[in-house]
Amino acid sequence: MENLTAAIQTTHKFPFLFLIPLFPFLGAVLNAFFGKRLQDRYGKRVVHTIGIGSMTLAATVAVIAFVNLLRLDPSDRTLLDIVFPMIDIGAFKVDMAFAMDPLSGMMTLIITLIGTGIHVYSTGYMADEPAYWRFFCYLNLFVFSMLLLVLGDSMIIMFFGWEGVGLCSYLLIGFWYKEKKNASAGMKAFVVNRVGDWGFITGAFLLFWGLGGGWSPVQDAYVRDLPRSDENTRAFDDLVSRATVEVRTIEEVEQPAHEAGEGGHGEHAKKKEHHGDVHHVGRVVQVPIGPTVSFRELRNQLAITTADGRRPLVEGGTLPVTIASQRPGVPPSSQKMAFEIKEGLVDKTVWGIPLVFLICLCFFIGATGKSAQLPLYVWLPDAMAGPTPVSALIHAATMVTAGVYMVVRLNFLFVLSPGAMTIVATVGALTALFAATIGLFQYDIKKVLAYSTVSQLGFMFIGVGVGAYWAGAFHLLTHACFKACLFLGAGSVIHGMHHLTHHREHAAHGPGGDDHGHGHHARDLRLSVDPHDPQDMRNMGGLASLMPWTRKTYLIACWAIAGFPWAAGFFSKDEILWKAFSNGSTLIPGPVIWLCGLIAATCTSFYMFRSYYMTFYGNGDRGPSEEHKEHVHESPKSITYVLWALAIACLIIGPALGLPALWTGGHFEPLLEQWLEPVTQFSGLSLSGARAWHDNHALEAVFMLVSCGVATAGWWFAKALYFDLAKSEARLAALRSRWSGIHSLVFDKYRVDEVYNATVIKWFREFADLFAYFDGKVIDGAVNLFGVASKGVAWLNGAIDKYFVDGAVNFVAEGVIYSGEKLRHVQTGRINHYLFAATAGAVVIVVVAYFV
Amino acid sequence: MTAILQVGLNHFLILSAILFAIGLFTVSTRRNAVAVLMGVELILNAGALNFVAFSHYVEGSVGGQVFAVFIIVMAAAEAAIALAIVLAIFRHFRSIDAVETSTLRD
Repeated sequence: MENLTAAIQTTHKFPFLFLIPLFPFLGAVLNAFFGKRLQDRYGKRVVHTIGIGSMTLAATVAVIAFVNLLRLDPSDRTLLDIVFPMIDIGAFKVDMAFAMDPLSGMMTLIITLIGTGIHVYSTGYMADEPAYWRFFCYLNLFVFSMLLLVLGDSMIIMFFGWEGVGLCSYLLIGFWYKEKKNASAGMKAFVVNRVGDWGFITGAFLLFWGLGGGWSPVQDAYVRDLPRSDENTRAFDDLVSRATVEVRTIEEVEQPAHEAGEGGHGEHAKKKEHHGDVHHVGRVVQVPIGPTVSFRELRNQLAITTADGRRPLVEGGTLPVTIASQRPGVPPSSQKMAFEIKEGLVDKTVWGIPLVFLICLCFFIGATGKSAQLPLYVWLPDAMAGPTPVSALIHAATMVTAGVYMVVRLNFLFVLSPGAMTIVATVGALTALFAATIGLFQYDIKKVLAYSTVSQLGFMFIGVGVGAYWAGAFHLLTHACFKACLFLGAGSVIHGMHHLTHHREHAAHGPGGDDHGHGHHARDLRLSVDPHDPQDMRNMGGLASLMPWTRKTYLIACWAIAGFPWAAGFFSKDEILWKAFSNGSTLIPGPVIWLCGLIAATCTSFYMFRSYYMTFYGNGDRGPSEEHKEHVHESPKSITYVLWALAIACLIIGPALGLPALWTGGHFEPLLEQWLEPVTQFSGLSLSGARAWHDNHALEAVFMLVSCGVATAGWWFAKALYFDLAKSEARLAALRSRWSGIHSLVFDKYRVDEVYNATVIKWFREFADLFAYFDGKVIDGAVNLFGVASKGVAWLNGAIDKYFVDGAVNFVAEGVIYSGEKLRHVQTGRINHYLFAATAGAVVIVVVAYFV
Repeated sequence: MTAILQVGLNHFLILSAILFAIGLFTVSTRRNAVAVLMGVELILNAGALNFVAFSHYVEGSVGGQVFAVFIIVMAAAEAAIALAIVLAIFRHFRSIDAVETSTLRD
């Protein structure tokens, strides 16, 4: 009973962790309250100094914390900073606490470093914006929320950040709120995200409940021995909320399950061999058990095993635990009870559905909202209405990855439910394919990138869904770099194009120039070009020589996303696809998921290079038009330097962090996989099922070649069709007319928005109308009735007051006046009369006294 | 017989009552201020007579006589002041009729 072990993640105090989110928060507060005055008095320099300064400070603290993390032993790599206890009600305890483990450390670095870069970029991009201070305030507030999300030690803090980033996303999408389109895009994002938020919070509540907040196997065991009474129940709550078990830690890093090469029994045999060493090096620690919202406590109690390393889930056995906390007044026999933490959670069902599946599903609904997966992805393309740095920071690099981050963070929970994992992987695969095909025919450069983001997020979900958590996190990292680079490159192009479209607009409004929009009616309107749209790629073309730096960085990022082996995306995407193919955890076969991913990857390569050629070439080698030459220029240094920093990161981080083990002859695991090992090791052990072709290195190599092949094919097709539009126009038109049905369906984004309009929104509106009718007739009627009734009562009340109360008062006054008038005659003022009256009185008294 | 002829307390009291009644009648009926004062003197003397009578027949001490002396002194003082007032009234109104000198009435 005492020989319980667990790979406990021990923590180290690092009391400066709270500074990381604090600095951006202070920056946001400063700019919110004084930004406008500072900007009016001292210029924009002060405003962006506050913004960038706070980001730099946060990034500095983040790097220091990360270095501290690096110096620790792998099993010790968690920095903890409990700022203050926030809520403490029974078993529900929430601390305002921040934790940095390898995963959140990675995320913090992405957020602070890329965030700082994007702040710098914004000084160039937003230079002409009057509400400059507001922009930097929102950006800082966003970074603060995002840091809360990743650094939060519990689901509650994470939820604060989760809501905060949603709010900032809404504020920034609708940043130019004077145009109705932007404002409603912001609202759309917010409303769609609410659906996801509902999932998140429901999942957190279900999990809390499932761990014994309200129900527990401990409770059954305990209450069975004791008479039921309020006092006993309270004592029990106390016991559960403070219960701990003594556990021996496993000091050494366990072998990842997939390296063992086989599931099931062989793994156990291996564990038993290790048992002797493990037992002796471990320390005895107290592990809190019971309901919790803290990720650490949740993971630790799920990680408890018996001394010989058997996992109760795999064996189906029981796991006895002694409750270490003592309660006076209870006989010793009832203080010892056997229960199973993990089994309690895994075996619990609600209406016949496993609780763990429901919890994971709810969390995943949250993830689909934030990370724009089917069916809640619809807000992300519309979110492109916001300023481009926002699209880069929030809607590509950080916020949209929150869902992926959450699934990786809760990996130990998701592995308990193969059904939930299957859903995650399937939704990811479908989204990747779906969004990638939409991206094929978009003309708005930011829309291309938006659908590409949705698609890439799908890849990440494939990764986390098949149990390759590190690969999902790795793709998150590489995607943050290359997609930020792509978006900022697109922003640079749009910034340049603004001068051209501005000029055209002026010319159009000049005498005789107003002819746009009329000649196009004969053609298909959807395919027509608005010459004033700086984001439409058909207005670009030939920018290569005008914006050389932007072009080069954009090309590097295209390589990265398309998956060429000299840039980042290849390493992460290929790892995901390989793991998807060889996984045995999902209920649908891995190769199906792999195929979806591969087709999506082909599309990705095609549409990215299509956007590249349409933007920078498009007219072969003939160079830019005179109009372009006159108005379009390379962006300022604040923009291009950031582009270069990100482009270089795209080239470096792939091989540096994720060099496949295959390339090093299997001697060296990818750096990031080792780094994230402490976070995912528990789930690695729990993944069940055989991994098909897992050891087939030849097949893995073939797959890498296939990946490169499809990327090259996409590039080649894109170049053939879009390098010189004048030559290929006829061919494009022919293709378009041959596949006109599919083309128009995909071009209209599968008409998902229309479906939503016809179903959910229509129903919603009808409901709203119904409620409005109800409100207008019944509720207002009731209110009006009440009003009329009150009026009547008030009238009655007034009448009573006027005639009854006032009448009584007046009657008394009148009576006094009347009687005074009458009685005054008694007082004659003659002494004789008084004397007579006095004598008469005396006589009366004498007579009365005599007779009575 | 002897009881009837012998002067006793009752005789004094009856005399005193007659004096009081005459005084009271005078005060309440006469309009002349001097006459009113004379009625007051009669009432005072009726009171003084009562003091002396009770002192002699009931108590048997001189307390009553002392009170009577005080009453006579006080009546003298009162008459002096009152007559001075009457004189002042006469000077002002050329009359000492109590009904005519009623300017303090409303």
